[in-house]
Amino acid sequence: MKIIEVRNLRKRYPNHLAVDDVSFEVAEGEIFGILGPNGAGKTTTVECVAGLRAPDGGTVRVAGLDPQRDRDKLRRVLGMQLQSATLPEKIKVWEALDLYASFYPDPADWRELMERVGLGGKRDTTFKKLSGGQRQRLSVALALVGRPRLAVLDELTTGLDPQARRDTWELVEQIRDSGVTVVLVTHFMEEAERLCDRLALIDVGKVVATDTPAGLVARVGGDRKVRFRPSAPVDDAVLLALPEVHEVSRNGGEITVSGSGDLAPAVTLALAQHQVVPRNLRTEQATLDDAFLALTGRKLS
Amino acid sequence: MRKILFVEIKLHLRDWPSMLFTIGLPVLLMVVLGLSIPGLSKVDAYGLRGVDTTLPAMMALLSLLVLACNMVPAVLTAYREQGVLRRMSTTPVHPARLLVVQLLINLAMGAIATAVLIVSAGLVFGAAAPRHWGWFVLVFLLGIAALLAIGLVIAALAPNGKTASAVGAVVMQPMMLLGGVWIPHEFMPDLLRRISDFSVAGPVTQALKTAWAGQAPQPLHLAVIVGGLAVFGGLAVRLFRWE
Repeated sequence: MKIIEVRNLRKRYPNHLAVDDVSFEVAEGEIFGILGPNGAGKTTTVECVAGLRAPDGGTVRVAGLDPQRDRDKLRRVLGMQLQSATLPEKIKVWEALDLYASFYPDPADWRELMERVGLGGKRDTTFKKLSGGQRQRLSVALALVGRPRLAVLDELTTGLDPQARRDTWELVEQIRDSGVTVVLVTHFMEEAERLCDRLALIDVGKVVATDTPAGLVARVGGDRKVRFRPSAPVDDAVLLALPEVHEVSRNGGEITVSGSGDLAPAVTLALAQHQVVPRNLRTEQATLDDAFLALTGRKLS
Repeated sequence: MRKILFVEIKLHLRDWPSMLFTIGLPVLLMVVLGLSIPGLSKVDAYGLRGVDTTLPAMMALLSLLVLACNMVPAVLTAYREQGVLRRMSTTPVHPARLLVVQLLINLAMGAIATAVLIVSAGLVFGAAAPRHWGWFVLVFLLGIAALLAIGLVIAALAPNGKTASAVGAVVMQPMMLLGGVWIPHEFMPDLLRRISDFSVAGPVTQALKTAWAGQAPQPLHLAVIVGGLAVFGGLAVRLFRWE
């Protein structure tokens, strides 16, 4: 079942066109990513989904509701974590959760939620004294306290250190496992690749492609590369004879072999038969960054 | 709504230095000025001393001005800048409730500050409490509402918190002058007094003072206060931005 349907969404601000033509669908229970560089229109898109902005064109349906006409009903099924929204400095963790729980007709038990996001020990800490990761986890808890069917998380891990980022990723997976659909807005390729079941690549207000992370990577050809320094001279022909190999190039003492399939084992085996050891062996696989580059001609980050 | 009120009251109490400033400064000024300026203790033609009505009314205006020009714009622009209002607009409860709660709290602070002034004037100078409570409460409510509306307009127009406090400070100076904090109304030059009569601040002080002395305020002063409330209240509603 589709919980979000967006068709030909368009939103213009006084000075620029933020969203030109965006369409996508999100299935219930998945983590759907919206990936794109800064300024691509990601935030505006989800703000239209959440009913915070009125689109200039196109249709948006969330659980069958029109975010503009059914604002009140929408707010009960959709929880949103906003990019860079904070809380009053002196509010305590439990007060914020208790307050936001009071905004919903049938809220979650905020004490349990506080434990779930790992803030049990910070119950009486004021917002000002929380670390970046703790603030984000509180923010996620506030988005979930109304027991939404759908949680929109906008740039959740921007500005967090690697450890806090990984903790937050685990939290997002837990949310999905508890049955809540997640829309994750991000400009981190790694985050999208690790978390998303499917994702839409957005650039200058348009959807470039929608697919699984693996599907998007496969679209760019999926050529793998193996780089190494041979321990003894080796002829290109030895490598080109392998069915997996498409191309061999040399740069100083380093050889780069591109191809498909089980490229690295095939190359290593062929070299071994000629008593050559591949030193500094590295394999490279196309990433979402490459996919984005191939699809738009621009780098993601 | 009740929970928002409780939480916001707690947040205000945690910010006690600014509360102390709003309530304490006018009282301190009143006591210092009342004791050090002999003229304020002289009995005038109506049998009243300056410390009986003029000085406390002036200081009541001062505390209302601090609330309207400093506190309200500072809190509301901070809530807007920090995204507190925006976050609330993602929930079923509209952020307008938070605004209403802020106004109620500032109203209460103004009432407490004024009550403390009345009590201290009695204790220190032996001044009588307001003789016409009905008019006094009415003028207080209309006056604080009109002044808070001005604060809302400042919060609505200022692009950020820094500008809001600067604009608030700039607006406050002429309001203090026209409200008679620096020169009492009766000692103002004619032209200034005329302008003062049509500023919102001047009529608030004058009407509080007359009600304090037990008389009905001048209709002109009441009309200016109500007019100010309508104009600035209307502007605030039209101009206020949630993000």
